[in-house]
Amino acid sequence: MAQRLSPEGSAPEGSAALDVEAVRRDFPILERLINDHPLVYLDSGASSQKPVAVIEAQRQYYLNSHANIHRGVYVLSEEATLAYEQAHEQVGQFINADWDEVIFTKNTTESLNLVAYAWGLNHLQAGDEVVATVMEHHSNIVPWQQMAKRTGATVRYIGITPQGHLDMEQAAALIGPRTKLVSVAHVSNVLGTINPVVEIGRMAHAQGAVFCVDGAQSIPHMSVDMQAIDCDFFAFSGHKMCGPTGIGGLYGKREMLERMEPFLYGGDMINEVSLEGSTWNDLPWKFEAGTPPIAEGIGLGVAVQYLQGLGMQAVHDYEHHLVCEAMAQLSAVPDIDIYGPAAEDRGGVIAFNMEGAHAHDVASILDQYGVAIRAGHHCAMPLMRELNINGACRASFYMYNTVEEIHTLIEALGAVRRMLRR
Amino acid sequence: MNLDMYQERIMDHYENPYHRGTLEAPTLECHNHNPLCGDEVCIQAHLDGEGRVSEAYFEGEGCVISLAAASLLMEAVEGKSLAAVKSMTRQDMLDLLGIRLTTMRVKCAMLPLRTLEKAIYLYEAQSSA
Repeated sequence: MAQRLSPEGSAPEGSAALDVEAVRRDFPILERLINDHPLVYLDSGASSQKPVAVIEAQRQYYLNSHANIHRGVYVLSEEATLAYEQAHEQVGQFINADWDEVIFTKNTTESLNLVAYAWGLNHLQAGDEVVATVMEHHSNIVPWQQMAKRTGATVRYIGITPQGHLDMEQAAALIGPRTKLVSVAHVSNVLGTINPVVEIGRMAHAQGAVFCVDGAQSIPHMSVDMQAIDCDFFAFSGHKMCGPTGIGGLYGKREMLERMEPFLYGGDMINEVSLEGSTWNDLPWKFEAGTPPIAEGIGLGVAVQYLQGLGMQAVHDYEHHLVCEAMAQLSAVPDIDIYGPAAEDRGGVIAFNMEGAHAHDVASILDQYGVAIRAGHHCAMPLMRELNINGACRASFYMYNTVEEIHTLIEALGAVRRMLRR
Repeated sequence: MNLDMYQERIMDHYENPYHRGTLEAPTLECHNHNPLCGDEVCIQAHLDGEGRVSEAYFEGEGCVISLAAASLLMEAVEGKSLAAVKSMTRQDMLDLLGIRLTTMRVKCAMLPLRTLEKAIYLYEAQSSA
């Protein structure tokens, strides 16, 4: 593994600076040429690239230790079981939770659906209210709309200020005695806004409501502490945090998970089965029915170790530096409109539009210069409506991006302008 | 470099589109959108006495590719029978554009033709009812 301490030591106090060149060597895909240009990958908000350590861990598992878990009494099965359980421990440690409060799922969407079905369907009643926000990803809107339809509950949405922050006065007005659940994104996948989840959690708990956090865009980029946030549920995806696809997680407070019925039924989630009925397995297996994604789970464990090796404070500080640089450069371009708050209050996501240019055309032309950004509605159609736009371009950063890549983005945007305006 | 997606002919259709606008009392009409990107297009047409497209107009908001495709399509379907329009394939549309598109952008290119097809089905369903 590469030495990651920068010799300059220009980092803020209490954290080691990130040596981005050393980090980049851990991600071989970054050496690729796309359309004869070096790849500039600015879509980590959709999915991050993978370090060699993660890829190698999965390969080694399949080459040397693969067997089904929790079944065999032979060496291979025990090795596989141990590695898969250890991955829960690694993730638990990463988010400051017990290992058995961490349920492995497919992704954030499945985690939120687990809460919706296993908690929502059994606890929501007619007249109850679920409170979300207009900046949510569809995965934190659609499940609640469906549960509301089935139970007679209603979903209400906290709006945003012109600066792209949550309207906290409206939050205080909406979260009331009828509120049974509050579910909020930690970081917006479009605006990049870092939401005050501790404060919102206090408001929810003061009304006796359950508090759920969509952490898909926060956990890859900053230190998240379940005890400090004091949420009841926290949903996240592995593939956005250097882990494999097909693996994600749901943290649930022990007392919540213990009281809940399972989401999926079948093998490995039972304690005892008779023809008359069944009893459920211990946490977290009660919520992990069937053979799980073992290799992907092991890969996720290695991913969080990789991030811990870099230090989440260092990752966050470095990304903040990138975002400040990108915001400054993009703001200096007169025909670029940026959505969301100032650099100080946002994560590594910048959504923007070039006046008179459709986001898809911008992204297609940038691709010709090797620059990969996302274009479209970013699974946040209600927010697009709120912003009165059809879609937007989105550049999102990770700790392997560089300031030079931001220059490349700005230059390539110049090419877009020349091509579309002529 | 593969920038032929935005070649002269395509940009001309985008900047000076053929039959962009709306018709009074159209025989065919359909409003449609691409759920992937939010692009919207509305296509209207008049038919002549023999049931051929006498004129077709489009209006909408979208990218260069979808709007250029709409413009090219409005030109191409003039004088065609409904059966001939319905038999148009994805390849026919790509041939009209004459550019190489990435998979995702093919969806942009297909929005106008899909919308016109839908307009025809709606019209035929109404007239047979």
